[in-house]
Amino acid sequence: METIQERQNEIIEEFELFDDWMQKYEYLIELGKSLPLIDEQFKTEDNIIKGCQSQVWLHATNNGELVRYTADSDAILTKGLIALMIRVLDGQAPKEIVDAKMDFVDAIGLKEHLSPTRANGLLNMIKQMKFYALAMQAK
Amino acid sequence: MEATKTLELNVEEIRKDFPILHQKVEGRPLAYFDNAASTQKPQVVIDAISEYYQTINSNVHRGVHHLSQKATDAFEKGRSIVRKHLNAAQNHEIIFTKGVTDSINLVASSLGKGLIKEGDEIIISTLEHHSNIVPWQMLCQQTGAVLKVIPVNDAGELVQEEYEKLLSRKTKLVAVNHVSNALGTVNPIADMIAKAHAVGAWFLVDGAQSVPHMKVDVQALDADFYTFSSHKIFGPTGLGVLYGKESILEELPPYQGGGEMIAEVTFEKTTYAGLPHKFEAGTPHIEAGVVLGKALDYVNTIGLDRIAAYEKELLDYGTEQLRNNFSNIRFIGEAKEKASVISFLLGDIHPYDIGVLLDKMGIATRTGHHCTQPLMKHFGIPGTMRASFAFYNTKAEIDQMVEALAKAEMMLS
Repeated sequence: METIQERQNEIIEEFELFDDWMQKYEYLIELGKSLPLIDEQFKTEDNIIKGCQSQVWLHATNNGELVRYTADSDAILTKGLIALMIRVLDGQAPKEIVDAKMDFVDAIGLKEHLSPTRANGLLNMIKQMKFYALAMQAK
Repeated sequence: MEATKTLELNVEEIRKDFPILHQKVEGRPLAYFDNAASTQKPQVVIDAISEYYQTINSNVHRGVHHLSQKATDAFEKGRSIVRKHLNAAQNHEIIFTKGVTDSINLVASSLGKGLIKEGDEIIISTLEHHSNIVPWQMLCQQTGAVLKVIPVNDAGELVQEEYEKLLSRKTKLVAVNHVSNALGTVNPIADMIAKAHAVGAWFLVDGAQSVPHMKVDVQALDADFYTFSSHKIFGPTGLGVLYGKESILEELPPYQGGGEMIAEVTFEKTTYAGLPHKFEAGTPHIEAGVVLGKALDYVNTIGLDRIAAYEKELLDYGTEQLRNNFSNIRFIGEAKEKASVISFLLGDIHPYDIGVLLDKMGIATRTGHHCTQPLMKHFGIPGTMRASFAFYNTKAEIDQMVEALAKAEMMLS
């Protein structure tokens, strides 16, 4: 299985192909559209991460060894970024997730989307993904 | 195109006064359409800030030395310019606060000290900004008073018949904005104030969105309180104005305790200073008080009537261009009387997505609920795209926005 770092490197390489912001954002929009939606039953108040601008739903499960994530957002660009986060962290071991540095967001020039001022729920989603892994690790 | 010249204003010349406008964002000329959130500053304001610190900076009031006198004179001159601007009867009816939010909290907090009782009623409206909702909710929780809300119609106008039904002898205060920040609706404040007075209630006007765009005469309106923020009228941030009628301000207990607001302090008892100092505890934002005067002078040199006329032109042009270019546009707020704010949605597209893409094309708009969640809930939407114009905006910039919107829509659909 690929490590978290390998998956991040792959994404960075993919984004290097884009010449301008438009291509990059068009790709994000594509990713957002293709993100497997969270099962409706998990789109609950408990799973919502409220941002000021957009909201995110996150659902996590585990098989005792690996963590699985599904998520959704009401904004498509946020969804595109969620798809990238999930691609990096889904199916990994809790310890790896807890220790992961999500450097790729900066490397592909989308760091502004993780700024607290964006208030799109993404920053808290990453925190929440890590919390879940941490809780599982502690068990 | 001949977009920037009107008979009324030479916008090309005016734009030269605002250095911040002449920059590129993501390689494209900046079009700043977030004026309802905060306005840009003309060079005279920027210069006045530095001049204050270079020449007269000192603490105000009760200082015997030269600089303190100068700073006090300049600060009080600022107050006097504000008084004239609002046509208040007296300088000491002008209280300097931190902003509209602070002004409203001042009134709510002071009313809570014995003037509002259980069973009293406070009326606000569905159009209010959170800053004109939450302080009243807190006051109601504290006192057992009841909050009543004037509904809006589909156009985003307050339903006056419903307002009349809510008014009664129990009503102690009505707090409504003059212009809605989210929709641009201009409320018939003079008429609403008269109706509140008929039942013996006081009326507070949130003027954050009106003062920058129209002439306001607090005496003609007969407002009991009227508040606005400096940064929304081309002045510095961190300063607000609360106008209150002298007789009411005398009756209100002080808000915060501290220096400046006292007459005499002993450990047994403190007597309070007279107006306006009773409500200005601590060292005020001296520089901003001085400079707000310069900002108002700048606005008055251009003239609010001309500004209002030009902004109406921008509003009409923007609305027409959006309507003509986007068949799936939904305007949120179509009041007959509107200030230069356009709130809208395109099809099912989330406002955040458009806002981010517009930013990439140099257009600064605001997306989201605009701190009016109950209003957004009323319309059943998560938020809107909002373009709000000032007199330094141009029709060419509106064209730039329309073009950017078309591109964003294409990318998102």
